[in-house]
Amino acid sequence: MRLSRSDRSMMQGSEGPAARLAMELLVATAEAEGAPGLLDITNAHIDGGLYHGVAGLDFARSLASAGGVVKVPTTLNVSSLDLLHPELYRGDAATAGAARELMDAYVGMGCSPTWTCAPYQLPRRPGLGEQIAWAESNAIVFANSVLGARTARYGDFLDICCAITGRAPAAGLHTDHGRLATLQVDLDFPDRLLDDDLLYPALGHVLGQMAGTEVAVLVGLDSRADEDRLKSLGAAAASSGAVGMFHAVGVTPEAGSLEAATGGARVRHLTVDLPALQRARAALGAGGGPLGAVSVGTPHFSARELRRLAALVEGRRSLVPFYVNTSRDVLAEPGLGASLAAIESFGATVVTDTCTYVTPIMQPVEGVILTNSAKWAFYAPGNLGVEVAFAGLEACIESAERGLLDLGERW
Amino acid sequence: MVGNGYSVLVGGAATGELLHLAEPLSLWGGLDPETGLIIDRNHPQQGESMAGHIVVMPHGRGSSSSSSVLAEAMRLGTAPAAFVVGQPDSILVIGSLVGRHLYSVSCPILCGPVPPRYPGTWTIDQNQLLPPVDAEGPNRSGM
Repeated sequence: MRLSRSDRSMMQGSEGPAARLAMELLVATAEAEGAPGLLDITNAHIDGGLYHGVAGLDFARSLASAGGVVKVPTTLNVSSLDLLHPELYRGDAATAGAARELMDAYVGMGCSPTWTCAPYQLPRRPGLGEQIAWAESNAIVFANSVLGARTARYGDFLDICCAITGRAPAAGLHTDHGRLATLQVDLDFPDRLLDDDLLYPALGHVLGQMAGTEVAVLVGLDSRADEDRLKSLGAAAASSGAVGMFHAVGVTPEAGSLEAATGGARVRHLTVDLPALQRARAALGAGGGPLGAVSVGTPHFSARELRRLAALVEGRRSLVPFYVNTSRDVLAEPGLGASLAAIESFGATVVTDTCTYVTPIMQPVEGVILTNSAKWAFYAPGNLGVEVAFAGLEACIESAERGLLDLGERW
Repeated sequence: MVGNGYSVLVGGAATGELLHLAEPLSLWGGLDPETGLIIDRNHPQQGESMAGHIVVMPHGRGSSSSSSVLAEAMRLGTAPAAFVVGQPDSILVIGSLVGRHLYSVSCPILCGPVPPRYPGTWTIDQNQLLPPVDAEGPNRSGM
């Protein structure tokens, strides 16, 4: 691998022991993926602030105590604690202490305490062609696909190594070639489904299974696929598959045409039809049983989603615990006060800085947890040991108001 | 860096039985580092143990937190002995490298073809994947 002079001097310790360790790990990983060299990044998003056990804390401590400081503007993914609503945390104090220490270690290295899985909803976000190093699978797919910024699928540890060195492997989704679609996915189902929010996470679930690690180009979406819908599509695809990027012809910035997305190459074709979408809905949770609770906002709700939720719950009352995940920055956006009041009088609990499926926040309930998020439906059964059902936002609210599970309109 | 058809993503020696994953697995949400068991309910091998096995995985999937889970499993001694992956996977690679850096525990990762399902103890040594000594078939020496 070709390293620049400054890469080599960093690896020899010219910028201190933390930068040396970060560069060593970065180079070893870049070599493993066959990268020819490293490139400069302008921005990083770090997933290491979520507490998964002692190893993550040991690593953060080892970097922080060696004087690690990020070189580029760096945001932080969800943590294990809601610092704005600490009373919501139901886990043990020792874990909370370790989780807090982990958060402090990353902030101490110069990362911004944004604590959101949706950094693309922050005011300053990377633009078309910008080289960045992001972790958090849904953020990665959104940055690449919707913003046209360029990031590989970074994991915990490598993300902070990139941030400290300001470098990333010059490979894969960072390169023009690596961003070309190798799979065409045609949509063949009734057009009216494109008006349904639930279509997008269900389609994402199918896309992830079809694409695996490949870049796919979707043919058949249109302007109804707004940012919130593309967000849920990408989050689902990055859960059921290892999708780091997709194109949608006429919708995403690098897919003005099919040829632009594929580079003119002939690629294999797959089709998503109505039965495939129905199977996705079923796989994500179409069971019955009593309704225990509802969780929405995975990835974190945008201000627009909060407003929509508020409009839908106006004057209604939830009979079950109802959780809404969002970020502290979205919550602080001006003009949301009335919406938040409506959400509160519905009886919903707003969760920030973390998410209901990564930390003990939800109160124990009997029954199924209903969600509008394919990602939540995918991971919560394993993480929380709960039964999950999957439905659109309106059906989630309807169910909560009646205290009965209602999965909404069948397709 | 290439030995018997495999490229070495993370070096090291290991022994263990093979565990062929029928589907890709995200270690985060998929592996419980306390027990080494597969906990992803969507995975056909839920409940099976990855601990001490040479895990054969066509490619990774899902969350970028999987590196933390691998390093934590290495700390707790519940990690796979090694991985054989079909495509380079930087999320597993960095997890293994950090686990080794922090705890001096090795979890080598080879990249290459899916090995046959011979039962018994396989060996990763000198960057080669070697089948059990008593394995039948033509692959013992030439793989």
